[in-house]
Amino acid sequence: MPGLEDLYREIILDHYKNPRNRGELPEPAISVEGHNPLCGDEITLYLDVADDVVRDVKVSGQGCSISQSSASMMTQAVIGRSVTEVRAVIRRFKSMMAIEEDGLEATDAEISLGDLEALQGVVKFPVRIKCATLSWNTLIQALDEAG
Amino acid sequence: MTPSAVASPDWQRIRSDFPVLRREIDGRPIVYLDSANTSQKPESVIDAMASFMREGYAPINRSAYRLAAAATDAYEGARSKVARFINAARPEEVVFTRNATEALNMVAQSWGRKNLRPGDAVVLSHMEHHANIVPWQMLVDQIGIELRFIPLTDDGLLDLDGLSALLDGARVLSVTAMSNVLGTINPVERLVAAGRAADCMVMIDACQSVPHGITDVQAWGADFVAFSGHKMLGPSGIGVLWGSSEQLELLPPFLGGGNMIDDVRLDGFTCAPVPAKFEAGTPAIVEAVGLGAAVDYLESVGMANIRRHEMGLTRYAIDSLRARYGDDVVIHGTDNVELRGGVLSIAFRDIHPHDLSQVLDESNVCVRAGHHCAKPLMRLLGANATVRASLYLYNDRSDVDALVEGLDGASDIFGL
Repeated sequence: MPGLEDLYREIILDHYKNPRNRGELPEPAISVEGHNPLCGDEITLYLDVADDVVRDVKVSGQGCSISQSSASMMTQAVIGRSVTEVRAVIRRFKSMMAIEEDGLEATDAEISLGDLEALQGVVKFPVRIKCATLSWNTLIQALDEAG
Repeated sequence: MTPSAVASPDWQRIRSDFPVLRREIDGRPIVYLDSANTSQKPESVIDAMASFMREGYAPINRSAYRLAAAATDAYEGARSKVARFINAARPEEVVFTRNATEALNMVAQSWGRKNLRPGDAVVLSHMEHHANIVPWQMLVDQIGIELRFIPLTDDGLLDLDGLSALLDGARVLSVTAMSNVLGTINPVERLVAAGRAADCMVMIDACQSVPHGITDVQAWGADFVAFSGHKMLGPSGIGVLWGSSEQLELLPPFLGGGNMIDDVRLDGFTCAPVPAKFEAGTPAIVEAVGLGAAVDYLESVGMANIRRHEMGLTRYAIDSLRARYGDDVVIHGTDNVELRGGVLSIAFRDIHPHDLSQVLDESNVCVRAGHHCAKPLMRLLGANATVRASLYLYNDRSDVDALVEGLDGASDIFGL
């Protein structure tokens, strides 16, 4: 059986206790709500996209250590990147979570997930995959709304 | 005749009747504290279902051969056992459904669509499970009824001060007998009397109460009572709608199909008598046999004994958590175990319930983390989620101790 140390890595607990990019963005930033019906967690993600670049992302709301740390690390991984790059990061992350919705593209392998690699252990706890992907699914929705 | 329960049950032997609780994971026993969610099954229930499938399985109500007649007897025998268990006046007042949720929906749809008009009020409480909220909200959309909610006191009891005002002009009162989040045991007879005085149809969601204490539907005097088999040691897939004979006669059928008809012609149908009128299609025959065996088991232990056992354990759990963690642990609901069942929703040191239950799982402590299908109540408590530990007849102090001990592990990991 996988141990808790696979799940609660130090860097995850750090992002949980000191979440980066928490808060809200004023309009015209897009805001999208995400829910995890399993545990009742609710977040709101704010996305500022201009000239095809993700200028800023902020996340507010509540969640467990996995969902909150994943959101925190996600914001760091996507801010400043082009929308195309961000979509590639999302694909890479989802494939790490053993979810392959759109299929990886050949170039995705070159993308480094950095701190996010720490969430690899979540795959061994299938119930928690939904926690780790909550902010990511909300980001996808926001990107879709941004057009 | 009701089988007589023993004076003081051997709780250790009772625990050993449940095969899952004899299992070990990683060399350690399972600490099952999720019975408000669903209960474990004793050998006798498992055996009754298996031997019925091995030796007695056949269709019911349809065929002339002896095997089918015996299967019908087994199915109807289970109905009689359930009727006796809840002190129904007649077995025909027990309708088998898929679960309590289906029973509640059946009444909301069948009774509601026949009797409710736009603007009619239905009174619920703020502590209801989604299964006693959403079916009525569907009628808000379908008919345009109005919903009113009985508020709660600070310690999680129904605030009945304004009840007669809420019931004024209302058509329905539908409330839970026991909260699946707070454990609060509601004064059913008083609620029914108030509903009656206001000429309301009264339904009781008894899903959490029936498994844990004596149920007397005649003393309650409601129109309908709903509960599930799987929370009372029976299998999943079977539940009960009890209705007074008068109400069941008047209630239109919910599902149409085989078994529920008297005659069908191209231009219409007539219904079979109650309860077949509400049991369209092949029912959960094996599960009914299992539920009958569960009732036998519960009666052999004695519902008053089970209630006493759980009251003692609930007191022990509240006191142990408080003694060890003081103000770091919040136990929602009343402290008075006379007014609550063995359901403990807790918050602990700002650690998210999902994380808590994950850590508890390391020591095989099985608890529910989430909103418990009662989101309006959770919003009132100001929590998205709680950890809920719930007790049953097979639990003992060692289970509570494992819970208390396990919480400490969470503190270590999250540095709190």
